[in-house]
Order: sequence, then C-alpha cells, then structure tokens
Amino acid sequence: MGLNRVLFLEAEDQIKCIYIALRTSMVQDPTQFDVLVMPNLYGDILSDLCAGLIGGLGVTPSGNIGANGVAIFESVHGTAPDIAGLDMANPTALLLSAVMMLRHMGMHDYGKKIETACFDTIRDKKVLTGDLGGKSKCSEFTEEICRRVRDMD
Amino acid sequence: AVCARITKKMCAFQPPPAKYGGRHTVTLIPGDGIGPELLNHVKELFRFSCVPVDFEVVNVSSATEDDINNAITAIRRNGVALKGNIETLHTLPASHKSRNNLLRTSLDLYANVMHCKSLPGVQTRHNNIDIMIIRENTEGEYSSLEHESVSGVVECLKIITRTNSLRIAEYAFKLAREKGRKRVTAVHKANIMKLGDGLFLQCCREVAAGYPDIAFDAMIVDNTTMQLVSKPQQFDVMVMPNLYGNVVSNVCAGLVGGPGLVPGANYGRDYAVFETATRNTGKSIADRNIANPTAMLLASCMMLDHLKLHDYATMIRNAVLTTMNETRLHTADIGGQGTTSEVVQAIMRNIQSKGPLTSEL
Repeated sequence: MGLNRVLFLEAEDQIKCIYIALRTSMVQDPTQFDVLVMPNLYGDILSDLCAGLIGGLGVTPSGNIGANGVAIFESVHGTAPDIAGLDMANPTALLLSAVMMLRHMGMHDYGKKIETACFDTIRDKKVLTGDLGGKSKCSEFTEEICRRVRDMD
Repeated sequence: AVCARITKKMCAFQPPPAKYGGRHTVTLIPGDGIGPELLNHVKELFRFSCVPVDFEVVNVSSATEDDINNAITAIRRNGVALKGNIETLHTLPASHKSRNNLLRTSLDLYANVMHCKSLPGVQTRHNNIDIMIIRENTEGEYSSLEHESVSGVVECLKIITRTNSLRIAEYAFKLAREKGRKRVTAVHKANIMKLGDGLFLQCCREVAAGYPDIAFDAMIVDNTTMQLVSKPQQFDVMVMPNLYGNVVSNVCAGLVGGPGLVPGANYGRDYAVFETATRNTGKSIADRNIANPTAMLLASCMMLDHLKLHDYATMIRNAVLTTMNETRLHTADIGGQGTTSEVVQAIMRNIQSKGPLTSEL
C-alpha cells in the first residue's frame, strides 16, 4: 500500500511542537500528510477537519475495523431527514464506503472499477448533486456512474 | 450571585501603576527555540521607540523547579509578563509538569484570548476571518492528573468545574460586549462527555441569559473544525474548554496565515502574560534569522495596551501591519524572502518616518 509516513499524535503540552505543527499545517498544507494514527477524540476532531478540507461529509467514506476482519463501513454524515426520500442526497460517501468494504473483502478489481467511475463522474462536473453545485438527482448521478462502469467492461 | 461577584472583580482590575518616573517593569521570559531572538527584537524595537518599559529578564530552564518559581515571583511582583515558549520534553516523567502550564495555573491565568483576523497582505485560502477565541486556561484536559492503576491502562482525568466554567463564560460575554461583537459560540463535546462538557455548556447558557444583547449558540467540536476549514466567516466569538481551545486556536492560526502571525494573551484576575498565540518553540528554525517576528511584536503591543500605553501600542502595531500589508516584506513562513532582522528594520524605519518619538538610529 506504500505508506510513506505514519505520525502518532499525542496532545499534551509535551508534544506540542508536533501536534500544533500538525494542526496548523493540516490547514495550511494538508498534502504533506499520508497516514495518521491517533486516539479516539483527536480522531473525531481531525477526521471532521479533513472531511471539511476535501469537500465535506457528503463525500467522505469510513470503515470501522475490528479483530478477525470484522468490519462495518459507513458514511459519517447524518441521517439528513430534511432531504430523505426526495432523491436529492449525494450517494458518494456511502458508495466510497462500499468500495472500502470491497477492498477489505479482497475484491480489489470491483472496488477499483466503481471508484474510478465515481471519481470520473465528479471530475467531469456534468452530472452532480446539489451539495456539489450541480442540479442532478441522486438516481441520475448513480446512473451516470453505472454507465461508466458498463463502458469499462 | 456568583456571576455578579466575578464581574465586579473583573471591572476592578487595574494594571500595576508605573513606578520610577512613569516607567513600567515587565517580566521577560525568553524561553527556548525562537523565543530569545524574537524577544531581543522586541527589546530592540522598544528601545528604538523610547517605550517606557524596562524588562526584568528571568531565564527558565526545564531542569529545576527554582527557575519557574523565580519567574512566577517576578510576575507577581511586576503584574505583567512577555514570554517565549518553554520547551517541555515528553520523554521526561509524568511528575515533571510543563513549565508553561505551571506558570498559568500558579498565577491563575484563567482566560487565554486570541484574535484571529485575516491580514490583507497575506495570501490564504479564506478571507474576511475575524474570530475571537476564548479558551479556559487552567483546567480541563490539562489538569495533569493521570495514573496507571493497572499496567498498560492509563486513566487521565479531565476536570471541569462550575466555578471556572462560569468564570470563563462571563469573561467571554463581557469581552464580546466590550468589543461590540454579536454572537458567542460555545464549543463542546457534551453528547459524549455528558457530565464534563455538559456542565461547561450549562454554565455558558446561564451566563448567556444575562446578556440578551448577544446571541448564543453551541457547536460540537468536530463539526466546529469542519466548519472552520470550509466556512470560517460564520464565527464571531468562541468560548471553550482547554483542549478544544488548543485545537481551535491552532486551526484558526493556520487559516489566517500560520503560527508566525497571531499574538495571544493570558489574563487572570491579577496578572497578565503575553506570548504568541500558538505557543510554538520553533526549535527547527531557531537562531537562523528566519522566524516571523509578527506574532511576538503584536503580543508586545497587546501588552502595551494592557499597561494603558496606547499611543506606543498603536504606533508599533501600525508599523508592523504596514510592513506586512503595504510594504509586503514577508518572512519565509508566509511565502516571502525576508529575514527576521530585515522585517524588524523595516518596521523601525516605518516608525521613524512617522514622527519624532524615536531615538537616533
């Protein structure tokens, strides 16, 4: 997987120079970071901070990994009751979480195909849901990704 | 009743009177890393500008307890201090408390105040940021109460008290009113830490009720950091416990251009200590003449305002900001090529061009 750097965070005064450099740097130049491992609270804070840097919770996937390969993958956004059932939601977060799940199960080819199709659709900017500045419906966005997957085969 | 008592004490505070012909004595703690060189520049600038302040230098090393006790005694005597960050090595045992922390708790400097404002001369992703952060400075996750009852299992105590929470909330609302700000946001994680952060939030709500002219809302800390990096303009004044204050103030410093730009102040009932907001030691850039002097110089201006030497404060602050925004002489951390001394020289030239107050070059 090519992990270049793993940085362990501790937040007492003692490690201030690393931690503070991390947070200020994360905002100023997040590209310098690769893999970060940390205790629970800092993970909560930093994962939301990073989600904000890449476009918000609508596009951020996650996975919870336990012993013996037991895992639950989920988007970290809320239930959004105000747009539920209206075909408006952005499925990217949940979709990319599913891709993480496929990789966890060893189905790398399928994962790669779906991820590429999803990224290409977003990059193209023609079919986007409201939160990403577009006007398309959730089903239209999904159909576009499916079309790209079909075209890949 | 508690709120009223606290308010009265805050109103009654006066800076220590100037002695010996109108000159103030201020404790100066050089600290480690870039602290000593930056504070030398402050001294140089003050001398040049004929500021009526004498510095009592107290060096603090991490080795003994004596030094920090000397510093605390000196601050008690003078009432005001300007300091660099004192390095705390994490490799030392838990019994060795952070010197900076010890200073804050011994002097009961309960409010850490940081004003993050976008600077026109500095390129950043977001603009029009104007956030005041008030961080509880004495308890919370920095209580240094940890124990390992079972090997490999460490428990760390986060202390939240009603007294200190009311006190910091009162400080935040009073400051907001003084500065004409419209909204105070409490940052917390009360959904998880129901008792600890729950108490903090409840105290904020109680104090908010006494300030109907100021809007109050609350936001969970993880959402707060996400909002800060995507829409920071929505925030006005923020109040929070110690650790979240550490996180949020660093994020905000990053948003306006980095740790080299923002000054910070620590206020207690009787004492005030000024320093850079993000409290970096800057070991990797020490003694290379590349550190950004802005944060420390602006901190010294905050100190001058605290001593009611407003003319000097304004003069130096304007010179610093003119050099930053108009002359655009920047150090490396904000994308420039200037050295620390070049920036300080430019500031001094600016001061000299403005009026007769300075001594000869």
